[in-house]
Amino acid sequence: MSTRRLAPDQPATFAFTAENLAWAKDRIAKYPDGRQASAIVPLLWRAQEQQGGYVTEPMLRYLGDMLGLSYIRVYEIATFYTMFNLAPVGRHLIQVCTTTPCMLRGSDEILDACKKHIGPKPQTVYGEGLWSWMEVECLGACVNAPVVQIGKDFYEDLDGPATERLLDDLKAGRAPKPGPANGRFSSEPLGGATTLKEVKA
Amino acid sequence: MLADKDRIFQNLYGFQDWRLAGARKRGIWDGTKAILEKGPDAIVEEMKKSGLRGRGGAGFPTGLKWSFMPKQSDGRPSYLVVNADESEPGTCKDREILRHDPHTLIEGCLVAGFAMRAVAAFIYIRGEFIREREHMEEAVAEAYAAGLIGKNNVHGYDFDVIVHHGAGAYICGEETALIESLEGKKGMPRLKPPFPANVGLYGCPTTVNNVESIAVAPTILRRGAAWFAALGRPNNTGTKLFCISGHVNKPCNVEEEMGIPLRELIDRHAGGVRGGWDNLLAVIPGGSSVPLLPKSICDTVLMDFDSLRDVQSGLGTAAVIVMDKSTDIVRAIARLSYFYKHESCGQCTPCREGTGWMWRVMTRLVKGEAEVEEIDLLLEVTKQVEGHTICALGDAAAWPIQGLIRHFRPELERRIAQKRGAKPAIAAE
Repeated sequence: MSTRRLAPDQPATFAFTAENLAWAKDRIAKYPDGRQASAIVPLLWRAQEQQGGYVTEPMLRYLGDMLGLSYIRVYEIATFYTMFNLAPVGRHLIQVCTTTPCMLRGSDEILDACKKHIGPKPQTVYGEGLWSWMEVECLGACVNAPVVQIGKDFYEDLDGPATERLLDDLKAGRAPKPGPANGRFSSEPLGGATTLKEVKA
Repeated sequence: MLADKDRIFQNLYGFQDWRLAGARKRGIWDGTKAILEKGPDAIVEEMKKSGLRGRGGAGFPTGLKWSFMPKQSDGRPSYLVVNADESEPGTCKDREILRHDPHTLIEGCLVAGFAMRAVAAFIYIRGEFIREREHMEEAVAEAYAAGLIGKNNVHGYDFDVIVHHGAGAYICGEETALIESLEGKKGMPRLKPPFPANVGLYGCPTTVNNVESIAVAPTILRRGAAWFAALGRPNNTGTKLFCISGHVNKPCNVEEEMGIPLRELIDRHAGGVRGGWDNLLAVIPGGSSVPLLPKSICDTVLMDFDSLRDVQSGLGTAAVIVMDKSTDIVRAIARLSYFYKHESCGQCTPCREGTGWMWRVMTRLVKGEAEVEEIDLLLEVTKQVEGHTICALGDAAAWPIQGLIRHFRPELERRIAQKRGAKPAIAAE
């Protein structure tokens, strides 16, 4: 557990775009009648995306009104689930997994690369809004460790130099290729699978 | 070695098309209607005979779990909830099913849902798995469009599948916390009883199953319980997805037969331990929650529920974390202690306070900044947390430390002695 609170400086308002509002109505309809509260995490997620990567107080009120939830319930959700960022983040948020399987495979090197290229402190926006980095708990791609999540994608099988190349690409506005950085396809053993060889595509 | 024809996940690595067309080529959605025609009770009976034990960590017999669902509705609908909140450090097997073989899971949802007389399945995917969720959502849309699920589908059993997601909380992998989260609340576990089969999602009868448990069901029912039960050992049957991470030459996921020797698993599929088998220090055999095993046990242990229980560890999720002799073993376990401190939901005092306390002592032990007596004090505190919380997160935080003290106490004492500048005590011969 850790203490998580909303940032002191808050914008005045929040409202979904027309497109997101239509999406939200569709999302709410997926749950049984009277169970619209179930949609809170997906809706808050979409709202965070619209806001550029973090949640705000007017956003919580807006969603509480939309779903008929008391504001404190929405506040609880925002502060309980750690993928909701409570303060502004960079356009690229580099989430470095440092839990034991990644640690064993060299996540310290990834952190060093982030400190060197982005800036010394986690959860701090550098480069005029360009990027920020943070440590996260197990991302669930442990046989491809060490792993970094940026936006929707995982970047896997990294080391220090590969991370520096990745960050250079982001800075230059190039889209780096997600997935393993060491040439393998997914989670098969490097150099070729030991199984499923008889399976025809 | 398990023959390729006996592997359930034929597209584990995503070399082939994961969409419906590709899935059909691999035999998924083949004869599903014939399976349903056997009737719910026959399906549950067949699952019991297969010996399948839950693949999410606890190893509870899957068929038995399904049989707890009410056979007659009292007016409330029944639900199947699929636990795809894969977050146990070391574990990354469900991810492959979600992104590379989503139709195995959807077909499994229909079959399992039918067997437990559920009206719908909710698949709860962890927040971080965004691409995986996109595949799952697309596959579900394909299944609806093809009339495989939904109202008036070709199988003659109306059934909905809804893909839901979390937003970063390990605790939501606990079944009642997952249900709370799915209802739009904080993911805090519920007291049991009532069990979910009586009062679960929205107060209705619910069964929560791991992704792998559900995804293997159609193949078991197609090929027969006898086929599955003939693999592995009695009470530990079938095939299993293993995740081999850490200090091996070629970390990988692989589907193997239950009961494969740990050493064979690592040597055959993961290219061996970095620096050779003799360079092995310890292995965490079933995800971060289970106690580690020193090399002497790893030499001979088999990878299944009963074998690993017999050596005071567990199969858990079958996530094998390998550590060679270069590992700072105390730091490796201390990092897990931080993980549990971070992920404690804060509901039960022994866990909320205990995880932080244990992590702080572990942090000092890494550097040897402690008294020797504190090792026993730490062990005592782990016992006070274990079994004294609503859910198993308290246990999960205690066990790695207990394993460390059980097998590496001399290393802890050495660090303390070294910090004091004293020579480490040498045991009298």
